Amino acid sequence: MKKLITLAAVAGFMAVGGYAAAELRDSYAFVEPDAEDHPLDEIISGYEFRSIETQSLQADDFENPGYLLLDEGAELWETVDGSEGKSCASCHEDVEDGMAGVGSTYPKMVERDGKMVLTNIENQINHCRTENMGAEAWKYDKPEMLGMTILVRNVDRGEPVNVSIEGEAADHFAKGEEIYYERYGQLDMACSNCHEDYYGQYIRADHLSQGQTNGFPTYRFKWQGVGSLHRRFSGCMKNIRAEPFSKGGDEFLALELYLGYRGQGLPVETPSVRN
Amino acid sequence: MLKYAIPGIMALTLATASQAGEVAPGDVEIVDGTIEASLTGEAGDPARGKAAFVGRKAGNCLACHLVTELLDEQQFHGEVGPPLDGVGEVYTAAELRAQVVNSKAANPYTIMPAFYRTSGLNRVPEKFAGTILTAQEVEDIVAYLQTLRDE
Repeated sequence: MKKLITLAAVAGFMAVGGYAAAELRDSYAFVEPDAEDHPLDEIISGYEFRSIETQSLQADDFENPGYLLLDEGAELWETVDGSEGKSCASCHEDVEDGMAGVGSTYPKMVERDGKMVLTNIENQINHCRTENMGAEAWKYDKPEMLGMTILVRNVDRGEPVNVSIEGEAADHFAKGEEIYYERYGQLDMACSNCHEDYYGQYIRADHLSQGQTNGFPTYRFKWQGVGSLHRRFSGCMKNIRAEPFSKGGDEFLALELYLGYRGQGLPVETPSVRN
Repeated sequence: MLKYAIPGIMALTLATASQAGEVAPGDVEIVDGTIEASLTGEAGDPARGKAAFVGRKAGNCLACHLVTELLDEQQFHGEVGPPLDGVGEVYTAAELRAQVVNSKAANPYTIMPAFYRTSGLNRVPEKFAGTILTAQEVEDIVAYLQTLRDE
């Protein structure tokens, strides 16, 4: 009986979600690179490599588990924290207006103490918390950080990824590119080995994607929860039996920028649903 | 403390010291894409080789390669590497041994890990400091590959 109910639920779910997924497929999950020297001929969201059931779960905002954290983030946005008596809303007001254009353009170069540094959304959130709010920094991949990151990036959902690799970002971009093609670990593999050379093929039951970043933070079945891009990087490195770089550190930031460029033009999907 | 120290020492011994008569990873020479002699001086065992070939914590060869005769017992063979049906007929044991030990000697761009090498690696955690396969496991897998004769 239990099995019957589950099957019925899946069937009903597919009937509702299938349409939305098909819409998404037609509208934006493939793009052609703009730049002639772009490393890819076709840019494909990880969404395309997942089953129709997974796609449907993402497409339905009421079923997509990432939205539970987004709601938490929305509450935190209004919550006063720290010695300055401020919430995010105290300065940025409505998140939809205040954070427009952030999710599609980060990581980016920002000025800190007269120096240009590369920052992603997580690092920028903590900068705001410690410098402007007088609040404690949030740890990577804790629910507060995930919720706020999803809230901020989701404002740009559907907007094309558009990171800048010009000017002072160029060095970080070059470093990210170097890391992408460097072999690591006992298995001696580079990101490019799987995600450039063999995307679309299978390693055992895993369908290799291009390793695009446009849906992060993402809900992942394997995690039974939501996680950050840097957590995913870390997992990939552990899979090849390598010592991961630290989350939020220079190496992963550079890689995040480089991968943003590899996915230039893909729609922001945060919060996406993946395997 | 002692509880942790003893397994630690044992692991270190396993990872670094070769058995008597075994060729250490750094001493293996690949000549014209071949390693003629057994790494252990002993013949491989195909039955043990099959287990090491399939084992996800050993060779995990099905991650990338299809072997048709294993489809009944193992689901989801990978497709990143070439199918291995018939390799025992096409290649000699010396060629297969070289390929398993370090396929990058033949093709530096390959995705295939070197299963019996410890040098030239990057950011390897302590617990993976040794080779992926032991010398005997390499021999056993080579023996198993030699049984794959039907294309």
